[in-house]
Amino acid sequence: MSTDHESPKAHRPEGAHEPHAFFAHHFNTPDQQAGAAKLGMWVFLSTEILMFSGLFLAYFIVRMFYPDMVLAAHEHLNKTAGGINTVVLITSSVTMALAVRAAQVGNTPAIKRNLLLTIMFAGVFMVVKYFEYTAKFEHGMLPGKYYTAFEHGYYIPGNPHIFFAVYFCMTGLHGIHVLVGIGVLTWVYIRASKGHFGPNYYTPVENVGLYWHLVDLIWIFLFPLLYLVR
Amino acid sequence: MADDKSKHDAEHAEGHGKREPSYLVAQRGLKSWLFTIDHKRLGLMYLGSTLLFFFVGGVAAILFRTELLTPAGDFIPWLLSHLPTALGGTGGDVEAAVAQSATTYNKLFTVHGAVMVFLVIIPAVPGSLGNFLLPLMLGAKDVAFPRLNLLSFWVYTLGACFFLYTLFAGGLDTGWTFYTPYSSTTGTAVVSALFGAFILGFSSILTGLNFMVTIHKMRAPGMTWNRMPLFCWSIYATAVIQVLATPVLAITLLLLVVERTLNIGIFDPAMGGDPVLFQHFFWFYSHPAVYIMILPGFGIISELVAVHSRKHIFGYKAIALSSVAIAIISFIVWGHHMFVSGQSELAAIVFSFLTFAVAVPTAIKVFSWVATLYKGSIQFNTPMLYALMFLFTFSIGGLTGVFLGTLSVDVHLHDTYFVVAHFHYVMMGGTIIAFIGGLHHWWPKMTGRTYSVWQSKWAALLVFIGFNMTFFNQFVLGQQGMPRRYYTYVPQFQQQHMMSTIGSYILFLGLLWIAIYLLASLRRSAAPKEPLPDNTWGGASLEWSTQTPPIEHNFHGQPRVDTDPYNFPQIDRTGEVDHH
Repeated sequence: MSTDHESPKAHRPEGAHEPHAFFAHHFNTPDQQAGAAKLGMWVFLSTEILMFSGLFLAYFIVRMFYPDMVLAAHEHLNKTAGGINTVVLITSSVTMALAVRAAQVGNTPAIKRNLLLTIMFAGVFMVVKYFEYTAKFEHGMLPGKYYTAFEHGYYIPGNPHIFFAVYFCMTGLHGIHVLVGIGVLTWVYIRASKGHFGPNYYTPVENVGLYWHLVDLIWIFLFPLLYLVR
Repeated sequence: MADDKSKHDAEHAEGHGKREPSYLVAQRGLKSWLFTIDHKRLGLMYLGSTLLFFFVGGVAAILFRTELLTPAGDFIPWLLSHLPTALGGTGGDVEAAVAQSATTYNKLFTVHGAVMVFLVIIPAVPGSLGNFLLPLMLGAKDVAFPRLNLLSFWVYTLGACFFLYTLFAGGLDTGWTFYTPYSSTTGTAVVSALFGAFILGFSSILTGLNFMVTIHKMRAPGMTWNRMPLFCWSIYATAVIQVLATPVLAITLLLLVVERTLNIGIFDPAMGGDPVLFQHFFWFYSHPAVYIMILPGFGIISELVAVHSRKHIFGYKAIALSSVAIAIISFIVWGHHMFVSGQSELAAIVFSFLTFAVAVPTAIKVFSWVATLYKGSIQFNTPMLYALMFLFTFSIGGLTGVFLGTLSVDVHLHDTYFVVAHFHYVMMGGTIIAFIGGLHHWWPKMTGRTYSVWQSKWAALLVFIGFNMTFFNQFVLGQQGMPRRYYTYVPQFQQQHMMSTIGSYILFLGLLWIAIYLLASLRRSAAPKEPLPDNTWGGASLEWSTQTPPIEHNFHGQPRVDTDPYNFPQIDRTGEVDHH
C-alpha cells in the first residue's frame, strides 16, 4: 500500500476497496474509476488516429496524383534531422514507460526523473523541428501560395507547393500534439512532486503515457512517409 | 408480477413519504447552473440552447419560404430595404436591396441548414435527453466524466459563438456542406463558420466519448447489456459514430481553412487539388452524421411506443443490434452523395448497394415498433401521438431514400426538391418529431411540471398538418424538376410553392404553440400543488423509479436490476397506472 497521500474522502461506498484521495463520488469503486478513465483514454486515442488518418489519406492522394513531384520534393527534407528526431521520440517513449512503472510501484523520485527525461526529449524534438522549419522557410519551401523556392534557386517540377502543404500540415499537427504532450507531462510531473501517485492511484501517469506513445507512433509513420519516400 | 419484487428495492427501503430537494433546487444561484457538473442540469442547459437555435434556424426558414411564395423574388429586397443597415439591411436603398437579394437568399438557407445541422439536430437529443436520461436509465449517479460533460457544453457554446459571429460578419453562402471550390473562393465569412463547426465537432466527440464510457462502466448491478433501455442502445450507437466519424470532419474543415488561407492545393483545382476529394472527406463524416442525428430519435420512439402501448417491446435484441448495424453500415455509404460528381461506375454500384443495405436494419426497427403496437393497450397520450406521427413521416422519409440510392433515379432527382423533401422527412419528420415526443414524455420527470393536455394535442395536430403540407408536395416539385437552393422559379410551380409556404407557417405556429405551453408550465404560478407522481406513464425503466424531479444524486442508494425495462406492471384497462 502506498503511504504518501491524505486520508480518503468521506463518501465511501460499502464493500469497496480502500478509496484513494482522488476517488470521485459518482463511482462505486476505485477500480471502476480507473477502468472508466482508461477506456476513455483509448476512445480518445482512436479519435486522434482518425483525425490523422484524414491527413494520411490526403498524403496518399497527393502522392498518387503527383508521384514524381513527391519524389523530387521529399529530397529537400533533412533525413538526418528526421532520423535524430525518430530516435529521440522512441527513447522518450521508453522513459515514459519507465515513469508509468515507477508510478505502479510507488517510487516517486523515479517517476519524477523519468518524466523529466521525457519532457527533455520532447523539447529536443521541438528544437530539431524548429531548425528544420526555419531552413524550409529560408528556402521558400512553404505551403500553397507562399511557395517561393524557385526564387531561392531550387527547382522542383510539378506542384511542390502541395507536398510542402501536406508536410507542414502533418508535421505541424503532430508538433502541436508534442507541445500539448509537454504540457500534460509537466502537469503529471507537478502532481508526482506532490506525491499524488502510488500503487493505488496512477491513472493520470498511465493515460498521459498512452497519449505520449501515440504521439510517438504517429511520428513513426510520418517519418518514412515524408522523409524516406523511395 | 415478477418484476416488482426487488427492482425498486432501494426506493422501497427509503420509503415514499420522505422527499429530498430535487436537482433543480439542490443548489441555487446562476453559478450553480453555469458550472454545474450534474448531468441533469447540463441536459436542461443543452435543451434550452438547442431549442433557442431551433428557433433561429426556423425563422431563417420562414423568411426564405416567404420569398418562395411567389417567383417574383420580391420579398427579400422588400425586407432588406426596410431594415436599417445595422441589421444587415440597406436602409431604404431599394436598388442595393435588389442587387443583394439572391446572395441574401443563399445566406438564409445556409444559416438554416448550418444552424439546424450543427447546432440543433446533432447535439439536441444526445445533449438534452441523452444527458438527462442516460445515467438515470443506467442506474448511475452521473456520467463517467462529469467535468468533461461540462466542458463539452462550454465547447458547444464557443462553437455557437463562432456561428453567431459568422452571421454578423457578413454571413455564409456556401450551403451547410461547404463544397469546394466555391467555399475556398467566396467572400463570405467561411473561416469563422468552419472554426465553429470544427469546435462543435469537439463538443460532439467529448459527449460521445463520455456516453460510451458511461454505458460500458457505469451500469447498475444487474443491468446487463440486454437489460438496458433501448434508448441507451441508440445513444451508444450514436456515440460510436460521434467518436469515429467526427475527427475526420475536424481534419476536413481544418484542411479547408488552410486551403482558404494558404491555397495549399488539396481541394482547389486551380492549385492542383481535387474538389471531389473534399466531397469524399466531407461525406465520410456527414453521412454517418445523418445517423448521429436519427439514431437517438429511434431510441426515443422505442421507449414511447412500448410505454404508451403498455406492451413489452417486440424484438428487443433486433432493435438494439440494428442500431449498431446502422452505425457500422453508415460508415460505408458516403459515396451515394457523389453519384453525379464523377466517381467510377463500380464505386457507384457498390455504394448504391450498400445504401440499400441500410434499409434492412431500419425496416427491422419500424416493423418491430408496429409489432409492438399490435394488440397493445395503446393510449393516445401526447408523446404517443408523436410516436405514431414518427412512424408515418419517417417511413416516407426512409423509403424515398431508397429512390435516391438508386443510381438512374438519382441522376434525375439529384439536387432537386425531392432531396429536400426526403431529408426533411427524415430529419424533421424523424428526429425532431421524436425529440418533441420525447420532450413531452420526460417533461414531467425533468421539470416536475405538467403541460396542458388539450393544447399539446392540438399543437401536435398543427405540427403534423403543417409538416406534411410543407414537404409532401416538394417530392412532386422535385420530381418535376424544381432544383433546390434557387430563389426564384418558373411560374408553373407557384401553386405548389405557395402550399409549401403556407404549410411552413402552420408548422411554425404549431411549434411556437408548443414552446408557449411548455414555457407556461414553468411559471411559478403553474407549480403543481402536490409533487407529481414518480412514474408519469407507468414506465418500467429506472428513471421512473426515482423521485420526480430526481434528487441531485439520482437515486436513494444503489438501484439493482433483475429484469428488463419493458416488463410493465399488469395492464389496468381503465388506463390508470398500477402503483401497487
